[in-house]
This record gives sequence, structure tokens and C-alpha cells, in this order.
Amino acid sequence: MTAARKLGCAGLGLLYAAGLLADLIAPGGYAAQDRDHPSARPTPAHWLGTDELGRDRLARLVHGTRVSLFLAPAAAAIATALAAVAGFASAVVARRAGQVLTLAFDVLLSLPLLFLLITLRAALPLQVPPWTSLLITFTLLGLLGWPSSARIVRAAVLSSRDSNYALQARAAGLVHSRLFAVHLLPHLRPVLAAQFLLLIPVFILGEANLGILGLGVVEPLPSWGSLLAELHNLDTLPSEPWRTAPALALLSAVLCFHLAGSRHGESPA
Amino acid sequence: MTACRHTAIPAILLLAAAAAIPAGPSELRFCLRSDPRSFDPLNVADESSETVRYLTHGFLVRMNRRTLKLEPSLAESWRVSSDGRGVRFRLRSGVKFSDGAPFTSADVARTISRATDPALKPQAGDALRRDEGAPRITVHNAQELTVAFAAPIAGLDYLFDELPILSAHSPLKDGAGLGPFVLAEYRAGSHLNLTRNPYYWARDAKGAALPYFDRVRIDIQQNREIEMARFRRGELHFISALDVENFDRLAAVSAASARDGGLSLESEMLWFNQAASARLPVHKLAWFRSTAFRRAISDSIRRDDIVRLVYKGRAAPGYGPFSPAARPWFNASLKAAPYDPQGALQRLAAEGFRLQSGVLRDSGGNAVEFSLITNSGNRNRARMASLIEQDLARIGVKIVIVPLEMPSLLERITRTLQYDACLLGLVGVDLDPNDQMNMWLSSSATHQWNPRQATPETAWEAAIDRLMKAQAVEGNLPKRIRLIHEMQRIVREQAPMIYLAHPHALLAVSPQLANAEPAAFRPRVLWNVERLAPIHQPEVARVP
Repeated sequence: MTAARKLGCAGLGLLYAAGLLADLIAPGGYAAQDRDHPSARPTPAHWLGTDELGRDRLARLVHGTRVSLFLAPAAAAIATALAAVAGFASAVVARRAGQVLTLAFDVLLSLPLLFLLITLRAALPLQVPPWTSLLITFTLLGLLGWPSSARIVRAAVLSSRDSNYALQARAAGLVHSRLFAVHLLPHLRPVLAAQFLLLIPVFILGEANLGILGLGVVEPLPSWGSLLAELHNLDTLPSEPWRTAPALALLSAVLCFHLAGSRHGESPA
Repeated sequence: MTACRHTAIPAILLLAAAAAIPAGPSELRFCLRSDPRSFDPLNVADESSETVRYLTHGFLVRMNRRTLKLEPSLAESWRVSSDGRGVRFRLRSGVKFSDGAPFTSADVARTISRATDPALKPQAGDALRRDEGAPRITVHNAQELTVAFAAPIAGLDYLFDELPILSAHSPLKDGAGLGPFVLAEYRAGSHLNLTRNPYYWARDAKGAALPYFDRVRIDIQQNREIEMARFRRGELHFISALDVENFDRLAAVSAASARDGGLSLESEMLWFNQAASARLPVHKLAWFRSTAFRRAISDSIRRDDIVRLVYKGRAAPGYGPFSPAARPWFNASLKAAPYDPQGALQRLAAEGFRLQSGVLRDSGGNAVEFSLITNSGNRNRARMASLIEQDLARIGVKIVIVPLEMPSLLERITRTLQYDACLLGLVGVDLDPNDQMNMWLSSSATHQWNPRQATPETAWEAAIDRLMKAQAVEGNLPKRIRLIHEMQRIVREQAPMIYLAHPHALLAVSPQLANAEPAAFRPRVLWNVERLAPIHQPEVARVP
């Protein structure tokens, strides 16, 4: 493991630990309003100060970490699984059928994801608890976010299928099913792992965008998206730098995921 | 040294702003949040279209948005008959439309006929159309005419502040206007350019032709942050609606530019869905139809906290359908609803509700829980909803906040009626109570909590119907005020709408703009647009 990957893993470990231990780090909870101390500067009681409603910013950040860092990988896993199945299928079926499937990926890619999410969210029942709403949001991200990865998987399968080693295996009399199971699938594993790691920050940012539009996580539950939406007032950031904490957390997470997923500098196995 | 630097920085900013507004033909610049939906002057329903109409068309009279008194405009004088059924106008002579066509009584007569045509039903004639039939228009001569209605109309002359006068004979038809500017260019989603109307009739005290500006440039800009940045760069002369945060930011760097116009006519409120046609569970509909339940919810919300935390003090607690700025209609004997959770629980107990282990339950054992929809992307409403959620948790009520895109929200509150409660705002455009008629009549589609009732379903709604209809034909102002005050008392007592706050009108006005008299009423800065002037123009006659 390279130093970069170690750094990425360590950073992710810290972030996940913060999310898991949110209740210990901020026992006051993310929704408690100290209305006598709104927009307070950092104090020993509120390390990152309070927001406009007097809610502890640190509590909201660590609970938001739990939301974003646990649900984004779950959504990425859904999307990667769908991409693996669809990409693999499009590469191994008959040529004409493969082209139709590829066309379907392109059509799905061309659909405005945000519009779809807004429409689907509006169609859902209103009386759903915030956590359910959150699960729905990330599930939708996972269900709608796989086509670009499917194209990459298809390209990887086609490349492997036409490689010299596959040709040699076929010449040696290996049946198709065994060829795919023994030779092609192992070669796909790094591709799928990379797609999984790449999709996590994409979905974190996707939820952040929905949050900025007021469509992601609903009040009072925090997420990095809803916390980032509070950064619109850039003028006050120099005098209140602690308000940048959610942006720094998101940046760190994205960086750590990339470092952890990077194989650069590693010698081949 | 420090003092020098402090004075030098604003001076540099002012110079930069002055430099950004070029000399030569003067241009008034501001932004609209959306494209105008209509250029038909008689069918204007959105703020952008209304702004363009205000700039390009003339009106018989104009309400001074500061004094709230009517002032002569195209009519140099007018007299309302003693029975309140008619008004006789004397028009200015020598006035021409923007294409040079003369302006006469025939133009006014044709405009009123079109506006009150029951077949066309244009929006601008809503207030003038009566069940009793179209008004009788008598043209005495080219400069005088009388408009007579079958029944008295309260505040009759004020209704002509909203009716743009169109040409009866101009080859340009509705394209010819009597306003200070003429639409020269429109690019959808980008901008509108207006040029000075060469035939505009008004002159200043020194006899100079108005308007002072040669052109108007209106950019379509949805993003408030970009609009603010452009204003601060000196590219815009004003912003007619700021949120509190942007207002405070501006006040911190340029106190002279940030103008608090005082309490506006706007209201923020929530209401419960009481429509029988809504597919709500029976127990929920029973809660929402219970006056005690609605009053208990109202009394459990800390409006002072909403004013303090959401509006940073730049609002008044919600009193009722009329903001305290809406004088003389506001019923000053009403006080803002008290914060009284204990009283609320007693009220609920009398209706069979019980607080058990921190959860409020009705007599059937159902936990009191409902969803509150509001439009997404509105920070103030999101904060208000969070405060309400915490306040109601104190009496054991659980709410689920659901932000929805505006079209989805409108679909639910106007068509499908699939919602429990809604948090939204009402933009009051007109001071007159008739402006709210559609909301209060039980038969109306915008009688929000229970629309389109064939007959009033409750005695108090029937009473409000009677009061609103009576005030609409009451010519005696004190009597009319009493009717409106009584209506407000009933609304307070029954709480079909739970009013939360009346925000201030917050604006940004560039120091480079002379004669600006921003008001709390729309159009806030533009109401005296012909007298607005660039500050560098030396021959500007300042309004005393």
C-alpha cells in the first residue's frame, strides 16, 4: 500500500469514526436550539459556534458526516452493482442487442438527473420521517447514477474479451462460461472498485446539490449538503472561518476517497 | 492614518460605482427575477409583467406610495359621486401616446369597456367587473367622461390606479402607451431595453421634460447573490427586495444604500387543510377543522423568536390578514397572538386531547403528527419551519417538514389538495381589502384552507363572506373600516390562517440614484420612475 493510500484510509477512518461517535462528540444533539445564543462564535460549549437558530454547528457537522459518509457508499454500491450487471450484459450478448443496450445507457445518461430526482421526490408521500426521506434520496441517487459506470464496465469487458489471453483460452477449448468466470471477472474487479470509489464523492456532492436546492435531507436533520447551503454568504467567511468546516470536511472526504482508491505508484501484483 | 483609510475606502468604492455608470445617455438599471409572462397590459398577473406595464403605460390616477394618497396623472382632476356609484374624470389636454396618437376620453372609455367585458374577463378589470353588469360610460367631450356603476363601489377612484389606459385608434394598438418609457427590445431570459417615450406628458417644476433617464435596462436575473454582487459593483441602481442577510451585508459596507422601507403588506402564514374533498384520514380532518386545535397550534408558536431569529428584528409578529402597515384597515385593537403553550394544552384538553409521555394524542388515541409543506430553497421559511417544529414539540405535536418545488407545492394546495398543512407567504400588492377578496370568499378557488365551497360550511365563514361583500359596496369609509376590523376579529378567533410575521420591505438603492423615495408598497422604487435621475446629471430638479 502506498503512502497516499495509507493517508486516504487514515483520513477516511477518522471521518467515519466522527460519524459513528457523533452522539458522544456532541451529546446535545443536532436539533437542539439555543435561541438565546444564535450565530454565536466558537466557545468551549460550542466548538464551531452556533447557527442562526442557535444549533450547535459541531453537532450538526458530525451528524451530517454520519448521514453523508454512510449513505453515499451504500448508494455507490447500488450503482456499481447495477453498472456491473448492465455493462457486462451489454458486452456479452449478441452484437445488435449490445448496441441497443449501449443506446439505452446513452439515453439514461442524457436524462436530467436533477429533474428526475425532483419529480420522484415530489411524487413520494409527504408523511415520511426525515431518515426515510434520506434513504429514499440516496436510493434514488444509486438507482439513477449507474449508466456512466456501465459504459466503462462494457468497455473493460470488450477489451478483455478480445485480449490475447482470452483468445488463447478459447483456442485451448475453454467454454464461454468458464472463460468469463475465471479470466474476465477477475480483471473487472479493479474497474468496479475504482467506479465504486469514484461514485461515493459524486453522490455526496449530488446530495449536497439537492440540499442546496432544499430537496435533499429535510430539516432538522443535517447533512453536508444542507450545511454547505449555509455558505452562500461568502462575505462573512473571513471573519467567521469556522463556518467553512462542512466544506473542508467534504473536501477531505473526496480527497481521501481518491487517495484510498488510487493505485498510482503501486507495483503490479 | 486609520481614519484616512476608512474614509478613503468608501470614497474609492463610490468613485468605482460612478465610473461603472457611464456618462452620455443615462440608463436606469435593475434586475427582475423572471421574464415577464405577458405584455398584454390588461392581463398581467406576475411582478415582472407588472413592472414593465408600470414603465410603459399610463394610469388616470396614481397612488403616492409614501403618502398613500391619490395624485392626478392622466386625469388632472376627478370627482366621485356622493352615492359612490360613479366617478367623473377630467383628462389632461395635449397628451399623446408613444406613437403620437392623441389621448382622449374615447381611449379611456374603450379601455374600461374592454376591462369590464364579461366575455374577455381581463385581469386588470377584476376589481371593476360587477355582478350587476358593465359600467355605463358617458363621454362628455374629448377631455371629460363619467363612469357609472349600478351599485356603489368602495374606494372607487383608487381602482383606476391599476388600470392602464390603452389607445382606441393607434395603429400600434396596445403597443402604444402613455407611460414614461417604450419597450425597445426584449430577449427572453436575458434582458429588456426600454427607451424614453418622446411624447411623455409630465414635466418637472422647471418645465424640463420627464423622465430624466433616457433608457432603462432590465436584466433577468434569478440569482439573488449575483444581483447583489452587481449592485455592489455599481452596475445596478437598485434592488427592490432583499432578504435580511443580504440587507445586513449591504448595510455593513454601505449603510446609505441599504434602505429599510418599514413594514410591508406581506404576510407569512401557515394553514391546515380543512377540505372535505381532500383524502385525509378522518381523525386528521377533525383536528384541522377544530377551532380549539388551530388556536392551540397558533398559541404554541413563538412569533417573537421568528421575528428575532429569522428576520433579525426586521419584521413584526403576525397579527392577522392585514399588516400593521395596511392603515386604516389593520385592526389595531388586535394584539399579536400570545405564546401560551399551557393555555394551548388546556384548550386541547377540553377537546379530548391528552399529553401522554410527551406525545399529544386525540380522544381516539391517535398521536398528533402532521406534515408541513413549504417551498424549497426559501431559507427564511426553512428556518421558520424548524422553529415551529421545536415549539410544537413542547406540546407533544410532531411535524414533518417537507420542502417541495413550487410547482409541486402549488399542485397540492390548489388541485389535488394532498397535504396536511402549508407554510407560505402572501404578497400584498394593493392596500385595499378588495385585494384579498378572493382569499376570503368561501366560494373562491383560492380560499386556501377549504376552497370552492358551494355554500359556506361554517357559520364563521358565512360571516366573513357577508362582511367582505358588504365592505366591497360600502361607500362610507368609517363603516367600511368597521366591517374589515370585524372580519379580522373573526379570523383571529377562528385561526383558519395562522399568521406568523409581517416582514419589512428591504431594499438597496444606489447613492447614484437621485429622487428615489422607496416605499413599502409595490413598485417600491419605481413608483415615481419618471423623477428618478442619475446623480451626476447637473440639471436634475431635486424633489424637495
